[in-house]
Amino acid sequence: MSQNYYQKEIETMSVEEMKKLQSEKLVKQVKHVYDNVEYYRNLMDEKGVKPEDIKSIDDLHKLPFLSKADLRDAYPYGLLAKPLSECVRIHSTSGTTGRRVVAFYTQHDVDLWEDCCARAIVAAGCTNEDVCQVAYGYGLFTGGAGLHGGSHKVGTLTLPMSSGNTERQIQFMMDLKATLLCCTPSYAAYIGESLKEQGYKPEDIPLKAGIFGAEPWTEEMRHNIEETLGIKAYDIYGLTETSGPGVAFECSEQTGMHINEDHFYAEIIDPDTGEVLPEGEKGELVFTALDKEAFPLLRYRTRDICVLSREKCSCGRTLIKMAKPMGRTDDMLIIRGVNVFPSQIETVLLKEGYEPNYQIVVDRVNNNDTFEVNVEMTPEKFTDKVSDILAMEKSLAGAMKIMLGINPAVHLVAPKSIARSEGKAVRVVDKRKLV
Amino acid sequence: MSINQLTVFVENKQGAMVSITDTLAENNVNLRALSIAETQEFGILRLIVNDEKAAIDALSEKDYLIKITEVVGVKIGDAPGKLTAALSVLDKAGINVEYLYAFMARTEKHAYVVLRVEDNSAAEKVLEAAGFHLITDADIKKL
Repeated sequence: MSQNYYQKEIETMSVEEMKKLQSEKLVKQVKHVYDNVEYYRNLMDEKGVKPEDIKSIDDLHKLPFLSKADLRDAYPYGLLAKPLSECVRIHSTSGTTGRRVVAFYTQHDVDLWEDCCARAIVAAGCTNEDVCQVAYGYGLFTGGAGLHGGSHKVGTLTLPMSSGNTERQIQFMMDLKATLLCCTPSYAAYIGESLKEQGYKPEDIPLKAGIFGAEPWTEEMRHNIEETLGIKAYDIYGLTETSGPGVAFECSEQTGMHINEDHFYAEIIDPDTGEVLPEGEKGELVFTALDKEAFPLLRYRTRDICVLSREKCSCGRTLIKMAKPMGRTDDMLIIRGVNVFPSQIETVLLKEGYEPNYQIVVDRVNNNDTFEVNVEMTPEKFTDKVSDILAMEKSLAGAMKIMLGINPAVHLVAPKSIARSEGKAVRVVDKRKLV
Repeated sequence: MSINQLTVFVENKQGAMVSITDTLAENNVNLRALSIAETQEFGILRLIVNDEKAAIDALSEKDYLIKITEVVGVKIGDAPGKLTAALSVLDKAGINVEYLYAFMARTEKHAYVVLRVEDNSAAEKVLEAAGFHLITDADIKKL
């Protein structure tokens, strides 16, 4: 199969050249951050590191880490490295314990992010002859904007559908002959099932490829989607903190995702000691934005457990590859593409006058995540009327939806009925077999 | 005048009811009337018992969620149309019945109706004015 690249010189650059490019960018970036971000300058000073100590990418390990907690502490402007007058956009995560991560972008940042997504689209075999249906959510979420921008860069005809309204998705897909579908894997599976129900066979569907990410999915799910839609399904990785989807993308070989390492340098560390681990070892994935201007995170700990490998790839790309993340170092769950922390549920319960005795049950039924929260009933809330209790469940679900962005099914259960192991309640039951 | 109903939160799963009735039996609590309203996940069990304190102690001991709800108990004749007569009185007075359940008396030709309304004294007033006999916790104990 002939290979196309969006930025061939970068994507097939020799390892030595890449290292040189990364080193140049890092030296400049560290100075930019030190000069403009007081929060990070303090971290560097505490560690006794000066910008002059960073002479090449090999010195990266000398820099302090940033974590989600730092992002919360510095909210909203504490990590901003450019004046707001030079920023053109924000994106945001769904928010932890009521405080969201807000990432800023200059036009340069938007451009490089869209380039990354463009690389993914070309790697999925698309050109300006293609029709790209973006069914990721548009808005604060990075999914829609990222692939939309990438699609423009490649010159594919972009259908900015956003997520939901499956009937309309199918109508546009069939009428305008979409060849590339970009959305979460669970939504792709759902669209596939809907097409099947309407009697469409894979050969009737104009799609040839899909780029799916923002939530964990299995190889089994990939095969499923590929069969129902008659496409090749490509994985994509990213996080709002680094820009959005496109930090890494899959090529036709489908054995891990190439990291756009000219923009995002990846390290694997021991999550306990912070020590950098050699290539091929499993640990926490850490990213350094090498040339983002407005929100340039250095050594950001993603909490994703991952492995890196730099093996020759049949697609010709030399970019290092990351495996699909194998888990998390924290208790974050990704449900229907949305990050959910148990602490967010706890915050809602306390605010609504419940005890923090709850259990989150996540499952995947027909390739869609189910999300239930069981909450122990309290003596104060208990009434003899069924309608009152149903109303309480509904109101709790509403409060959680506001906090999380997705709607759980809330069930009030008997006191002390939630399973406890060694006295500690089991907060999360994830029945999805993702790894 | 109203009577005390024990309201118990029960999960809708196998064995939930029997463990409650078993607990009550062990503590010599006799059930006078019982009603359950259930959804797919939970049920609300409503009980009229001969020994309220013993029932609360025994169930609380086992971590059941219990609440005492004051309800209206009214004696009606055991014949067609008697319940309608009582309910019509409330209806005419604009009193909404949230739920109700009934039980038979053992000896006389009577039945008892337990009514859950928003305003107990309003309901009691109109029922008494219409000649109905209301029952009390003391009556329940004698049953």
